[in-house]
Amino acid sequence: MPVTVKLPTILRKFADDQARVTAEGATLGEVLKDLESRYPGVTKNVLADGGGLHRFINVYVNDEDVRYLGSLETAVADRDVVSILPAVAGGAP
Amino acid sequence: MNGSTPPRFTEDQVQRYSRHIILPNIGGRGQRKLLDSSVLVIGAGGLGSPVAMYLAAAGIGKLGIVDFDRVDVTNLQRQILHTTADVGRSKVDSAVEHLRAINPTIEIVGHETLLFSTNVFEIFEGYDVIVDGTDNFPVRYLVNDATQFMGKPLVYGSIYQFEGQATVFMPGQETPCYRCLFPAPPPPGTVPSCAEGGVFGVLPGVIGSIQATEAIKIATGEGDTLEGRLLLYDALHMDFQEMKIRWDADCPVCGKEPTITGLIDYEQFCGVPARPI
Repeated sequence: MPVTVKLPTILRKFADDQARVTAEGATLGEVLKDLESRYPGVTKNVLADGGGLHRFINVYVNDEDVRYLGSLETAVADRDVVSILPAVAGGAP
Repeated sequence: MNGSTPPRFTEDQVQRYSRHIILPNIGGRGQRKLLDSSVLVIGAGGLGSPVAMYLAAAGIGKLGIVDFDRVDVTNLQRQILHTTADVGRSKVDSAVEHLRAINPTIEIVGHETLLFSTNVFEIFEGYDVIVDGTDNFPVRYLVNDATQFMGKPLVYGSIYQFEGQATVFMPGQETPCYRCLFPAPPPPGTVPSCAEGGVFGVLPGVIGSIQATEAIKIATGEGDTLEGRLLLYDALHMDFQEMKIRWDADCPVCGKEPTITGLIDYEQFCGVPARPI
């Protein structure tokens, strides 16, 4: 089923500069796999080599951090919004 | 001063802060709390500019500002605390001068130094609230850990290109810290800096103003802060969003069984060489 995926600025270059894209899957892992097949490279800095989520990127289903849900096994439903959020440090110079 | 004694103000203070004093939820008592409070702003740059200017104007009794950099012409597109005439000056000198021009009746302290594990406790000691406007991960983790160990509220803000983040970390029982939100820094090179990626000039004005708002609410005890909520702002699409921030029972600093109980080498932790704040 289709879910909306919100991409941070640093990942939009993989998705024709789109801020919101659509992907399909019943779990977060399936959605990310489908996202990668549509936009190659987009999950390179989201998924670690071992297949889990990197610790410096947060992924939310709606407003919940998936680390406190089921991580990649988190179930997603129609109209859910998946947000990918990297740590950013910018502020001063 | 006990609860029943009316707050005392000078004639200048009554005039200067009149719009706060007549305001519900602030009033004379709230203004007195602001005048009795102390806030340290880390970084006199994009975020630090609006934070420090609004806090000075609001009458924070003691306002500190930390920076080590010099004003560069490329800063002026967003760092509104500095002017064209300040290019080449120390940011702290420029900041202190302009903040004194906004409000000469409060104490303004410049700390012209890098922030290290060796000086952070001494500098933070003199302040009630810490506002983070740095631009690099080692200092962000240093500031988080120091505020956790010292039990001081931390007002967090961060920006990149058109997007910003803000929240409040209040040390306490089972309350989240920055490490609960971002357990590890990104590997060097994966997230470009503002110098490499550019930044929308007005963006730090929005995020910095939100940080100033939160610092004032912490100082007065009024309203609800962003504690436990991460506010995300996308200037390009004018989109505000909130995410939940959970306390991580396994957090190495604030979890049930902390493994980091003192300051560490943050450059090494982040895999980057030390950089000025």
